[in-house]
Amino acid sequence: MDENKRKEILELLEANARQTPQEMAAMLNMEAAAVEEIIREMEQEGLILGYRTLINWNKIGLERVTALIEVKVTPQRDVGFDAVADRIARFPEVRTMRLMSGTYDLAVEVEGRTMQDVAFFVATRLAPIEGVVSTTTHFVLKSYKENGILFEAKEETAPRLVVSP
Amino acid sequence: MSSWDEYVNPVVRRIPPSGIRRFFDLAAEMKGVISLGVGEPDFVTPWRIREACIYALEKGYTMYTSNSGLKELREEIARYLNRAFQLRYNPEKEILVTVGVSEALDLALRALVAPGEEVLIPEPTYVSYIPCTVLAGGVPVPLQTTMDKGFRITADQVEQAITPKTRVLLLAYPNNPTGAVLPRTELEDIAAVAREHDLVVVSDEIYAQLTYDGEHFSIARLPEMRDRTVVLQGFSKAFAMTGWRLGYAAGNEAFIGAMTKIHQYTMLCAPITAQVAAIEALKNGLQEMRQMVRQYNYRRRLVVNAFKEMGLPCLEPGGAFYAFPSIRETGLSSETFCERLLVEERVAVVPGTAFGPSGEGFIRCSYAASVANLTEAFKRMAGFLQRLKKTGAAIPAQQGAVHSVK
Repeated sequence: MDENKRKEILELLEANARQTPQEMAAMLNMEAAAVEEIIREMEQEGLILGYRTLINWNKIGLERVTALIEVKVTPQRDVGFDAVADRIARFPEVRTMRLMSGTYDLAVEVEGRTMQDVAFFVATRLAPIEGVVSTTTHFVLKSYKENGILFEAKEETAPRLVVSP
Repeated sequence: MSSWDEYVNPVVRRIPPSGIRRFFDLAAEMKGVISLGVGEPDFVTPWRIREACIYALEKGYTMYTSNSGLKELREEIARYLNRAFQLRYNPEKEILVTVGVSEALDLALRALVAPGEEVLIPEPTYVSYIPCTVLAGGVPVPLQTTMDKGFRITADQVEQAITPKTRVLLLAYPNNPTGAVLPRTELEDIAAVAREHDLVVVSDEIYAQLTYDGEHFSIARLPEMRDRTVVLQGFSKAFAMTGWRLGYAAGNEAFIGAMTKIHQYTMLCAPITAQVAAIEALKNGLQEMRQMVRQYNYRRRLVVNAFKEMGLPCLEPGGAFYAFPSIRETGLSSETFCERLLVEERVAVVPGTAFGPSGEGFIRCSYAASVANLTEAFKRMAGFLQRLKKTGAAIPAQQGAVHSVK
């Protein structure tokens, strides 16, 4: 029961983190205070990690460069990929990072102001880390969709009837 | 008017225009209207379903299908009905794909009702049931339901309405416009009456997936009811596919055969594009469908809460996407309430009277609208109610006069 409420709150927050506890309470048939309490719990448990805004930076002409870097790593005894991964992940330039199956090991998303920024980071910080065997850098040309949200949603404008049976 | 009217079949001439139509015209001319008057999802058909249709068009799927519908679709429907509702039908002879449930309903009534036979119809009723019965040559017999009984018909009520001419019992749960559902125990009692009096049941279950507390239960699941029932279902509501016009009927071979006979001469087949899309919906669209149902459920609670706060008595809808609150205490008729709400607050809802006389004193609010729109609409509605109270329009004229003297 409570677990279900938690899931529902998470689903609502994931879709729109700016909803007020009052609004969520109405949709969940709960008291606003109870919603707030559950959210606080989940924040403390680390179940909710934070709240971010998805921004299309290109729209205000802010130059940002993103690259996907394929990193091959020599795994280490006892810790596997985790020790190297942790070292890489701590850099603020790294936005997202995942361990992958297939021809390389770590998929690292790096963000910088210019291509030089990113290239410099890879050459001087990432590649020299002990255990990193090789890197391949792919620059992002265009974002179509991130975290389930289309960047230039142009669809769904067909009008509905105002009143229908 | 022109005497050409007299050339129109009197049966058709006597059918009143839909009560929704007038309201539609009024609302369509206005700007800034938030509409809670729609009987369709506010979601667009999930992309995978649209994409499957586009691909089929590219591949040249533009021809007729068999009268009953694509075999693959009928097989998917049979599988789906079994899995989701424990209803078992043979896709070869017991399922007919139709142009929306609207066509399936028309076919069922025409196939099963002989001239002069009576059809029992729960009221408030969806706008098509009575006209379709009349057009089929039948006689509609409304079974009026009330809010204090949860807008559910009872077995007693059915039994009392039965005459030697009664042929069909029409069930429509989850219900448009009331949102009522019929639980299994009550269906059992009704089924007993149907068996005893040899009635055929036409069960419009278009909102089956939009059942919020527990699972939808079809009367066709009950003992000896499968062959006595024609189940009508479709893709419009659950898969947000209203404009595709695709539904289906499931029942015994004789009933479906008779309906297919009419269908083959009047419709030939449902559009192939929609059929291809429907296959994708059943094969891969269930998760997205359930996602939409969850959204409706959030909104349902929001709506029920909003009416509670406004002080309008409202049955908690167990299904569909409508709330049907009472506006009796405002002292206004449903029509006047809705017209004033539209003109003064730009919020469109449908007067309960569009669904029959027992809808007087109620309004139908669809919650197939975004949370933002719902919230804004209820804000406006609350303001309207406040104003009604202050100006005294809400209280009987006599009392209002006393107030103004003071």
